[in-house]
Amino acid sequence: MSVFAFLIGALSLAAAIGVVVSAKPVHSALFLMANFATLAILYVLLDAQFLAAAQVIIYAGGIVILILFVIMLIGHDPADRSQQGLTRPAVASLVLGVILLASLVLQLTGRLELGTGGGIASGGSPSAVGTELFTRFLLPFEFVAILLLVALIGALIMGRRESGETVEEPAG
Amino acid sequence: MDSNNLFLVLGALIFVVGATGVLLRRNALIIFMCVEMMLNSVNLSLITLSRMWGNLEGQIFVFVIMAVAAAEVAIGLAILIAHNRHVRNINIETLNLLRN
Repeated sequence: MSVFAFLIGALSLAAAIGVVVSAKPVHSALFLMANFATLAILYVLLDAQFLAAAQVIIYAGGIVILILFVIMLIGHDPADRSQQGLTRPAVASLVLGVILLASLVLQLTGRLELGTGGGIASGGSPSAVGTELFTRFLLPFEFVAILLLVALIGALIMGRRESGETVEEPAG
Repeated sequence: MDSNNLFLVLGALIFVVGATGVLLRRNALIIFMCVEMMLNSVNLSLITLSRMWGNLEGQIFVFVIMAVAAAEVAIGLAILIAHNRHVRNINIETLNLLRN
């Protein structure tokens, strides 16, 4: 299992790098979908079957498709200068990334020995997660519902055309 | 190397890649995708820790994060579309309406 996990993890990391370095937003979105799918496989290995299914449905099926639709509408950005080699902001951000990596490595190295236990007795099956969710975590679950409702209304208001605006006819 | 450690290290690496992408890219949509990737790497860490401690609390946390991420995507993309309607591009260097 460890070799398999290592391979899938390497694929996931490669897809993550692909998201950052792709020139076209569509390629980034497809790499993002690969990243989400490989992470879903890792969730299965980690006893989180329900979350693996939710990951595929919500992220790969919902969020990436939504992003692809928005790319279809507005993704083209001819003035994207982030592809023009190593400018000074690019070098600065790479340096900041390396610093973040170094600090995370320093934090993690001393503590990794606690990674020996493992295994949830009931596993992360839908029934186990659902029982937890509807007994101990009922109130947060209701708050999540309210959050999604507010987000829905907010997105509608944001995306609505203002009353004074005219609809632009496509040229040609 | 224990596989739990492998997952934690992978989560940290994907988080770093996402953070670097947020700083590096100027296209608001790609920055958006990088933020999603960072949320997902944290989800991976939480699920790994949930397995280490042998309870489901981490997985409940991930469930809530997924809902928040979905809400964030809906609102964020709506803001991007509304902004694009005024400025006609999504380069973050044009997102300076609040300056001055």
